[in-house]
Amino acid sequence: MEEKLCLDIKNLTTIFKTGKGKIKAVNDLSLRLGKGELLGLVGESGCGKSVTLLSILRLIPYPGEIISGNILFEGNDLLKKNASDIRKIRGMKISMVFQDPMTTLNPVFKVGEQIRESLAIHGFIKPMDGKRFLGNFFDRYRRKEERRQVIELMEQVGISMPESRYVEYPHQFSGGMQQRALIAIALSCNPSLILADEPTTALDVTIQAQILELLKRVNQERNTSMILVTHNLGVASEFCHRIAVMYAGRMVEVGSVDSIVQKPLHPYTKGLLNSIPKITKKLQRIEPIPGNVPDLIDLPEGCAFKPRCQSAQDHCDDLPPLKDLDKGHFVMCHLY
Amino acid sequence: MRRAEIEDKGSMQNRIYFLKIRCRLFWQNQRDIFLRMVAHRSALLGGIIVSLFILLAFMAPWIVPHNPFEGDLFKRLVPPFWMPGSTNYLLGGDELGRDIFSRIIAGAKISIWIGFLSVGISILVGTILGAFSGFYRGLFDELISRFAEILLAFPFLIFAIGVMAMLGPGFWNLIFALTFKGWVEFFRLIRGEVMSEATKEYVEAAKAVGQKNWLIMMREILPNVIHSLIVLGTLRMGYMIIMEASLSFLGLGIQPPMPAWGSMVNSGRPYMLNAWWISTFPGLAILILVLSINLLGEGLRDILDPRLRID
Amino acid sequence: MRWIKIIERILATIPVMLGVAIMVFAFMRLTPGDPVDLMMGEAGVVSQAEIKAIREQFKLDQPLIKQLLFYLSGLVRGDLGTSFKKKEPVWDLILDRFPATMELALGSLLLGLAIGMPIGIWSAVKQSSALDRVSMFGSFFGISMPPFWLGLILIIFFSAYLGWLPVSGRIDYGLEPRFITGMYVIDGLLMGQVDSLISSLEHLLLPSVTLGVALAAIIARVMRSSMLEVMRQDYVTLARAKGNHEFTVIHKHALRNALIPTVTVVGIQIGVLLGGNMIVETVFGWPGIGRLAVDAIFARDYPLVQGVVIIYSFTYVMANLMVDILYTLINPKIKL
Repeated sequence: MEEKLCLDIKNLTTIFKTGKGKIKAVNDLSLRLGKGELLGLVGESGCGKSVTLLSILRLIPYPGEIISGNILFEGNDLLKKNASDIRKIRGMKISMVFQDPMTTLNPVFKVGEQIRESLAIHGFIKPMDGKRFLGNFFDRYRRKEERRQVIELMEQVGISMPESRYVEYPHQFSGGMQQRALIAIALSCNPSLILADEPTTALDVTIQAQILELLKRVNQERNTSMILVTHNLGVASEFCHRIAVMYAGRMVEVGSVDSIVQKPLHPYTKGLLNSIPKITKKLQRIEPIPGNVPDLIDLPEGCAFKPRCQSAQDHCDDLPPLKDLDKGHFVMCHLY
Repeated sequence: MRRAEIEDKGSMQNRIYFLKIRCRLFWQNQRDIFLRMVAHRSALLGGIIVSLFILLAFMAPWIVPHNPFEGDLFKRLVPPFWMPGSTNYLLGGDELGRDIFSRIIAGAKISIWIGFLSVGISILVGTILGAFSGFYRGLFDELISRFAEILLAFPFLIFAIGVMAMLGPGFWNLIFALTFKGWVEFFRLIRGEVMSEATKEYVEAAKAVGQKNWLIMMREILPNVIHSLIVLGTLRMGYMIIMEASLSFLGLGIQPPMPAWGSMVNSGRPYMLNAWWISTFPGLAILILVLSINLLGEGLRDILDPRLRID
Repeated sequence: MRWIKIIERILATIPVMLGVAIMVFAFMRLTPGDPVDLMMGEAGVVSQAEIKAIREQFKLDQPLIKQLLFYLSGLVRGDLGTSFKKKEPVWDLILDRFPATMELALGSLLLGLAIGMPIGIWSAVKQSSALDRVSMFGSFFGISMPPFWLGLILIIFFSAYLGWLPVSGRIDYGLEPRFITGMYVIDGLLMGQVDSLISSLEHLLLPSVTLGVALAAIIARVMRSSMLEVMRQDYVTLARAKGNHEFTVIHKHALRNALIPTVTVVGIQIGVLLGGNMIVETVFGWPGIGRLAVDAIFARDYPLVQGVVIIYSFTYVMANLMVDILYTLINPKIKL
């Protein structure tokens, strides 16, 4: 039985042209996401996770460029769409939650208005008697309806006293509430896919848990697929159905969360798991992965993890193929 | 480990040692800055032109083709060399028969000097006052800040005109007029910097060790500020030169027969229709000089302190 | 609430104005040269009694402190004294010419904004393009240009050489419109007197350009650099991710934030504008208070100079106040 795929990324490559050379932020990445699935995209800073998300929505800023690949969303290739179609998808079918809510919310506009903007852009509320353009602009019924929906949304994401919060500015919100507001923006048009770029990194641990709870609830209630980008494997294992591990622009391992956590295959994944101190074990040395994240300019062609890998061999200079080892658990390593 | 040994050996030797290291680092730094400046195209252009002007200005007495003060009455209002009826006056003759080109070269010295001196004195006064104000605060700070605020309520030119009218024309009067309002900017800059640095911990540490106040200011605070000063000073210089020219234009600055570019432009006014070159070329000289100074200043800003991006 | 703060601000300017008044007074009194001599110089031989009478009339025989007090008390009542030279009340003389200067200032301001802002925005949006480089270089020219020279060049070219525009003055003789505001352009517009309107616009154009160019250059540069700052921010990316049209992203989301530092700079420039008025008025023979001031200074006409300087300062302070108010409207974080 073929499950309809929500997102199918094939051989995506995104580069940045800088004065010092070309940076391959995303290097021939292929990834699949099913409907209603929660995928965690894990890796250290700079491995290309955020760029992947931005590539999906084609939000890559100059001097970056998507140079090859296909991104199939519900069957349609997003990279082949023109600007106006992409704009219809952004915010409506696919929405994004960013990392630091303080800088992501526009400081000069009221929070309620910013949420309402999403509804307004996509014409979510149909005007009463099908008025067009200018009528649309001034239609008071529409504005009231939108406002009502925004307040409802704010309640759903857990912002207390939404009526008074509507007219406040971002700097008057706490970090957790700001993030909830961002999630409200993301949810407003009932998207099928939410891309969350480290939504909890800037928040306290307790708030973190709340936000993740919220997202999980959304996923359960509305069957929204999500990609959660994080550098925290612990968060990913709590939250996601599947985990994909990225390193230096490539996906090195992907599988169900149980599979990854209990039977990690790639040396990097093993290293990441070992770096997390376990609260159950008594005395332990924290084992970091030796070395640094490589400079993404002019990467060598082979396995990028080789300099830091303890099981590295000569033939690791060639790029290993992605192998399916255990019913959907893929790994890119010569060891297998 | 080595340092401790040296500390023991005797303070005089230490001091020389550290001084040497500091000097070397300093010059390396300067060389680095110089190289970057050369690489920066617009700063290079600006720098070259400014140097050219300075060279011209100082070599003026020897290189002027004609005497900038003596006029040949037969050569009144002659046109520049590409127009019919011209003589060996390169850019034409003015209303008293003097060679405009020579006068421009001679005037360069005045303009550059005035720009340099007025900015220099402004920086000096502003820095000293600002440092004291920022560091000690108190009544002194209040008074001077109020004074600065009142000064700021005057548009620059009005103030300068007023002072010049009062004191009469003359070189030093002009400098006074320009600096009297000019120091305020530097005052504010230094005061702000000193205030923010003074609350930092290393200053407290230095005080605790018994370090003299003004030494603290010099050693710690100054290096951080000097880059902003240089950038701001360079940019201000162009402005001062324009101000001086404006005052001379109104007849309140350098008086004729001294060849000040501003007054040259003014003296050409009655002849705008038939001898436009009298007003045009001196003004062009001002434009080019100020333009290159600004280019240099911008380049310096790019190199020294990219933080100061907003004008 | 807000209004109280505004009134507070206005009141706070009083000590500054006081300082200004005292300073002007002191300066004038310190000038070498007896104004009575200057006045009398025109009248020929005068008797001692007449000299004494003049001194009494202008209170020049009183000790300085008393003169100062007289002056200040007059100020409060709105009486700025009587001009030595013209024997008319200073207030009237100033009022007569004030609209002219105001018209010039407004014209230059509008021109500067109209040219500077779009250029600044577009240079930032199309960074490093030909437009960007050209406009940045052009702006260098703008700020390096001595205004008196630019004015003369414009006159030489457009009036003398091409003959398109008039050389000096405000309006052709006999075409003054009915007096409402004293500003010919506005009055002409309001009264529907087209030939007055055209004539006054013709006369206003070159002087406004002269002052406006420098202003436009500065505005363009500030606008550009603050737009560049802003466009890199996360909230701009979010605005795109919501599905906004690029036009909206730039002009609604980015612009409002970029205006904040721009408004500050414009406020400072207004002072320069007022100062520059004097030069331009002289070059173009514009009958405003700038010229009045220059003539008065030359003539040692104390009361007139004092009056003009005070009015200038007052206008500057008021303009800054308005800029501050504007600032608080744009930036919700600041509450005056």
